[in-house]
Amino acid sequence: MFRGWPSRPLRTARGPLIPRRAVHIFANPARFLSIARPLTPWLGWPGLLLIATGLVSGLFLTPPDYLQGESVRIMYAHVPAAWLGMAGWSGIAVASLMQLIWRHPLAAVAARAIAVPGALFAAICLLTGSIWGRPTWGTWWEWDGRLTSMLVLFFLYIAYIALSSAGAERGSNDRVSAIFGVVGAANIPIIHYSVEWWRTLHQGQSIGLAGSKIDGSILWPLPLTTLGFTLLFAAIVLMRMRAMLAEAKVEARLKRMASE
Amino acid sequence: MSAWAAIILRDVRLAYQGGGALLPLIFFLLVATLFPFAVGPDGALLAKVGGGALWMAALLAALLPVDRLVAPDAESGVLDQYAVRGLSDEGVAAAKIAAHWLGFGPPLMIAALPASALLKLDGATLGRLELGLAVGTPALAALGVMTSALTLGLRGAGALAGLVMLPLAVPLLIFGAGALGPDGMGALKLLGATALILTALAPFAAGAALRASRD
Repeated sequence: MFRGWPSRPLRTARGPLIPRRAVHIFANPARFLSIARPLTPWLGWPGLLLIATGLVSGLFLTPPDYLQGESVRIMYAHVPAAWLGMAGWSGIAVASLMQLIWRHPLAAVAARAIAVPGALFAAICLLTGSIWGRPTWGTWWEWDGRLTSMLVLFFLYIAYIALSSAGAERGSNDRVSAIFGVVGAANIPIIHYSVEWWRTLHQGQSIGLAGSKIDGSILWPLPLTTLGFTLLFAAIVLMRMRAMLAEAKVEARLKRMASE
Repeated sequence: MSAWAAIILRDVRLAYQGGGALLPLIFFLLVATLFPFAVGPDGALLAKVGGGALWMAALLAALLPVDRLVAPDAESGVLDQYAVRGLSDEGVAAAKIAAHWLGFGPPLMIAALPASALLKLDGATLGRLELGLAVGTPALAALGVMTSALTLGLRGAGALAGLVMLPLAVPLLIFGAGALGPDGMGALKLLGATALILTALAPFAAGAALRASRD
């Protein structure tokens, strides 16, 4: 009979699949905080600097596209937002799996911390895409595979946030939202491959490991903003995790004071 | 009689006894009645969009019973009794899905007959709609039980259930409505694939949620 999730790490013949130390090294919130606190500004400020550099050079230094004209510049915000919208849910799914399998105490905090900025970047992706679509496609919205699945992802984020905050209100453990995080991850490959499965309006993949179909003269600020937004995203997640841990600490202290 | 069959029988009997199985059907027919009011009683237009409207009505009807699929059994301690007897949560969830489908799927397919008359669907479209519903309603039932287990005991569970369930049901709606056209065989196969994945996944997610709600 199936009795609960395995409480011990998955094992191979030569030992655990992932060493227990590697998983549990940050299970101690104090140790995690001692690294997260100094790491936050080291991620956040370079991220902001890269975003500023990328956006300024994208807006003023690169030439306009031969076909799309000036409107191509919205790419420098749209592509990082799309990447972070999808990466955010992948992060939620990984953290949820860690929480379900190893009962890692910080994984639940991490998943909840990712949800709000992930939803924000999914919304930015949809908004910038809509604004970009108006001059280039002639429409604000098209029921195209990638647009639809991104919109569904946005609604999944909202559902996840609502579910986890309702669970936190009740003071229950976060395993329910973790289950939803894993189930919702089914949407991620659909978004990723949608442009290949349903070729409608959204262009196919332009940048791959083999090279880029975008000309170098307008491409070069894109990695700057992508890296910058990613670093900023990581800094926001760390800040939110620290805030949540501090909140839990305050609550525990209040409870202790009330019982004394 | 095995425990699983007993659970299924009990849940089906409860669904039909309380009249709870009737409610989604009335709701389904009500949506089918509202739709012509909203777009006008033009027969050609209704025949064109009616099938999709019925799929949407089926989705909304599947949402309706979500708040009382698991919660009454959890509150009265029946689920704890199952756990004490050593029945796995995944098995209980699967039995509940089967019972919910028996109380939801076939009646919905019958209700689709008068609804298709209201929306002036032709015979061929009706046949494809029924085929699609036969393939898709098990997944709707599975999603319903899973959502019910996930939102168990949360405040505002009803509103939360819609938020949780509808995004996951979008592929069913897309492929179900896509299978209504004359060349809908490809979409029907995709509908079958989606429904199989959801129905296979849901007992595990629902079972894990039931276990999480207990400790």
